[in-house]
Amino acid sequence: MRTTPLPRPAPAPVQRPGVVGETTTRIDGGPKVKGEFEYSSDLWADGMLWGATLRSPHPHATIWSIDISRALALPGVYAVLTHEDVPGRKVYGMEIPDQPVLAWERARYQGEAIALVAADHPETARRACDAIDVAYEVLEPLSDPERAMAADAPKLHLSGNVLRHITLRHGDQAATADVVMTGEYEVGSQDQAFLGPESGLAVPDGDGGVDLYIATQWLHVDRDQLAESLGLSPEQVRLTMAGVGGAFGGREDLSMQIHACMLALHTDRPVKIVYNREESFFGHVHRHPCRMHYEHGATRDGELVYVKARIVLDGGAYASSSTAVCSNAACFACGPYNVPSATVDCSVVYTNNPPCGAMRGFGAVQVAFGHESQMDKLAAALGIDPVELRIKNALAPGHRLPTGQVVREPAPVAELLERLRAMPLPPDASPGPRDLRELPGGVSNTTHGEDVRRGIGYGVGFKNVGFSEGFDDYATARVALSLDGDGDPLVSVHTAAAEVGQGVVTVQAQIARTELQVERVAVLTADTQVGSAGSSSASRQTYMTGGAVKMACEAVRERLLQRVADHAGLDPFDLSLAGGAVIDSRGETVATLAEALVSAPIEETVEFHHAETYPLDENGQGDAHLQLAFSAHRAVADVDTRLGLVRVVELATTQEVGKALNPQALDGQIDGGSAQGLGLALLEEIQIRDSQVLNASFTDYLLPTILDMPPVKKQVLEHPDPDAPYGLKGVGEPPNISTPPAVVAALRSACSRELARIPVRPEQLAGIDEPRRSRPPAPGSRGPAGARPTRS
Amino acid sequence: MDFLQPTSLTEALDIMSAHPEALPILGGTDVMVELNFDRRRPAQIVDLGRVAELDDWGAENGRLRIGAGVTYARLIADLGERLPGLAIASRTVGSPQIRNRGTVGGNLGTSSPAGDGLPPLYVSDAEVELVSSEGRRRVPVERFITGPKRNSLAPGELISAFLIPEAEGPQQYAKIGTRNAMVIAVCSVALALHPSERQVAACVGSAGPTPIRALDAERFIAGVLEEGNLWESPRALGDTALRRFGELVELAARPISDVRGTAAYRLHAVGVLGERTLKWAWNDYCGGSR
Repeated sequence: MRTTPLPRPAPAPVQRPGVVGETTTRIDGGPKVKGEFEYSSDLWADGMLWGATLRSPHPHATIWSIDISRALALPGVYAVLTHEDVPGRKVYGMEIPDQPVLAWERARYQGEAIALVAADHPETARRACDAIDVAYEVLEPLSDPERAMAADAPKLHLSGNVLRHITLRHGDQAATADVVMTGEYEVGSQDQAFLGPESGLAVPDGDGGVDLYIATQWLHVDRDQLAESLGLSPEQVRLTMAGVGGAFGGREDLSMQIHACMLALHTDRPVKIVYNREESFFGHVHRHPCRMHYEHGATRDGELVYVKARIVLDGGAYASSSTAVCSNAACFACGPYNVPSATVDCSVVYTNNPPCGAMRGFGAVQVAFGHESQMDKLAAALGIDPVELRIKNALAPGHRLPTGQVVREPAPVAELLERLRAMPLPPDASPGPRDLRELPGGVSNTTHGEDVRRGIGYGVGFKNVGFSEGFDDYATARVALSLDGDGDPLVSVHTAAAEVGQGVVTVQAQIARTELQVERVAVLTADTQVGSAGSSSASRQTYMTGGAVKMACEAVRERLLQRVADHAGLDPFDLSLAGGAVIDSRGETVATLAEALVSAPIEETVEFHHAETYPLDENGQGDAHLQLAFSAHRAVADVDTRLGLVRVVELATTQEVGKALNPQALDGQIDGGSAQGLGLALLEEIQIRDSQVLNASFTDYLLPTILDMPPVKKQVLEHPDPDAPYGLKGVGEPPNISTPPAVVAALRSACSRELARIPVRPEQLAGIDEPRRSRPPAPGSRGPAGARPTRS
Repeated sequence: MDFLQPTSLTEALDIMSAHPEALPILGGTDVMVELNFDRRRPAQIVDLGRVAELDDWGAENGRLRIGAGVTYARLIADLGERLPGLAIASRTVGSPQIRNRGTVGGNLGTSSPAGDGLPPLYVSDAEVELVSSEGRRRVPVERFITGPKRNSLAPGELISAFLIPEAEGPQQYAKIGTRNAMVIAVCSVALALHPSERQVAACVGSAGPTPIRALDAERFIAGVLEEGNLWESPRALGDTALRRFGELVELAARPISDVRGTAAYRLHAVGVLGERTLKWAWNDYCGGSR
């Protein structure tokens, strides 16, 4: 029997959304801005315990023993668990279950979970972690992905270190070109840096099952992995969405889910786990660091002949979604251009670095920096305007991707670039004294205009929407049309779609409002009481769950019309819905909704599957992708060329969105995606040395502030995709893809340096790469110049 | 852990005398980070937020005596005209929230070479006032700070105030941060003109174990100004002099490489900042700013 009452989510609030296409203020917007929104870290249950996680300080070590006796003896400690206590499958993973729930024998990355504690106070739990004695034998970490691919490298997993290799061969492999341009590029590891750290509350049901309140991106894939590792049936594991403080891919993998449930089931008490910021950096996967070698061949007048790319992604210690990221990097390596011949080799490898997985843009972000840098280099070599070169080679409907897939409408790459180029540029800096906030360095007062030069750069990018390569991607929706206590019609929408900040709750309400013409809509809390919605990732949720809600509404409408038709002795095909009533073909009311629903509500549950996709063959060929989304960015940046400091003056963007369902939410996605792209170009990197993270805090992992992020000028195109609900395209990821190359191109044009690596550091911009002079360490300093930083 | 909240300086000193290793906290912008990251677990924390004496400032024998609890926000609002260099530095500290809490007293207590409040104190030869139940002493800031996060505060002692002359000439502070706001200094330069002493004082921050006065640069530019009689008949400094000054500022620095920047970049950047801050301050002087 359950001894603890479950935390009751408030009843679903009733919204009065606009129809599809109308700006509708998000229902969670007000509470979030006012600090009243309940995030997963705010969860509370009477009598709950606090969980804490002991993590490996070493990126690579043999674990000889784990002694929990001192920790268990501490007053206030209720449980100390290790891998021996995992009730079911001891590993998890979305695609390849290779990650231990709790490590045994070997720790493969710094921060890997070793043991769990439940205690009556979080501080007690942390102290108990310190009292767990783990005998490690520290091993040399395998830090370099290139080294990990070598035949003689130590194997981190039985399957070897190459997690996936894609060979893509398209067109004439012997093609030659008038002009050949090569380049090497590198992208550092970006963190999703969501502001709400990993957190959740597990409540045992007293009958061996468990309820978990959790901030996640995909409830059902969490549930299935939880059931496996807890040794329970899926019905015994019920998940309810708790307030998500951002995700960006970082909540696709499990973090504390199994741990909290293990502790709750073991202690028969509710257990809450909340990571702090430092632990969060170790608690989720990051964007794959990436090294790229490109060779572009073109005719003298700038037509692309071939693209060759060799791409190595650092997958870190465990698989996560690396295999799919690898596929994206390979498929989109050549950019949104018509490339007759492509030769792409893309690998993702295991190392002892932090595990990498999903992050907004998902493999397309890294290669966009590569292919766009190449296009600029090529344009310079050919003496062609970089935008003109892109337009000349722009991908268009009817072209084939390097995977052989034919590009369908709409794919207006040239139009995006033309419109972007036509957008007015910001005015030049006015002469005379300037507000420091308008200068590189801001109020840090580093320049009053000295050595500041302006640069302009362009970038264009694309990626797939929805899951690819033959995955049966679907979403479920349950829609009920009923009368509330006052006899007024109300639509209830129930899906498992994760609201991660993108606005899917409101968009579901808009769709219900549009399809059923009922003004009042309640979107129920997402949970596993309804079928899977799939993940809030791959820019897919409006397409997929939106599509499911639309389809369920249509089914409800059909039954409603049938019911009214049956009652009135009419043909249902002569009836339609309008203004809260069922009307006939002459516009006469046959029945009001109140009349039609008084006998019984109407409820329909549907699954919406997107069109089939296919795996890539051994040459990387196949119709692997559902829909392609495109965007272009222009960046204008002022650079202090002597100090290497930057102020991005303006970002401008064009994006093909098919149909803007909620224009305000779309603006938010473009602003946010652009900011995250600017962050990657200029600031955001998890610095890793010898597989150790050097900056696991927001003091040294720098996110753009409002003084770093300029306003974004936007123009969206709405060419409908005939196969998508309302003609829409996914919109969340493209801005994140085309921003970094545009920003870096602007920096290059300002400072005339190569800038082959992002994030670009002031050192690179100022051309200060080598030690300028050496001198013996000063007394009291921490060592000679260039010495290893210490983590004090 | 005991959390102690004295309401007067006497009470605070009694507590410090009973618990010499207690950790004082005021704005908490450094201390709370240490606690949250579990880097420190003091047995006692002494909250000085209710000790009104620390919030006072006033004139004392031709100098300003500023309580250790005066926040950056107040330094900007109330003392910006008297101490322009410190005010510029204060504006670079954190966010408005942090500036409402953080204090120069805290910068002194932490003694991080990256403390933005410190180089302006160095270029004005400020003194730090320390009190304990034994009495009061005043130490030049350069002797107070002894190394990275080390200072000469004795067990049981509190920082009660600092003493600094009002500016008698233009002052500057410039700080490199990778981000345009809310950033810890990669490196910085403070500079002050002292016309009555015919002196230009310069100090690098976050480019060595402590803030470091650029004495060779100061001597060089003093010579240039003297030679050209520029204090009396001010006119713009030539590029060669500015550049040489920057080079000498750079030579004073002893930086390390860390996550925030390389040693080579820090050297380069303090040189550029030295050159620019001198140019700005000297142009102000030429333009009649005192």
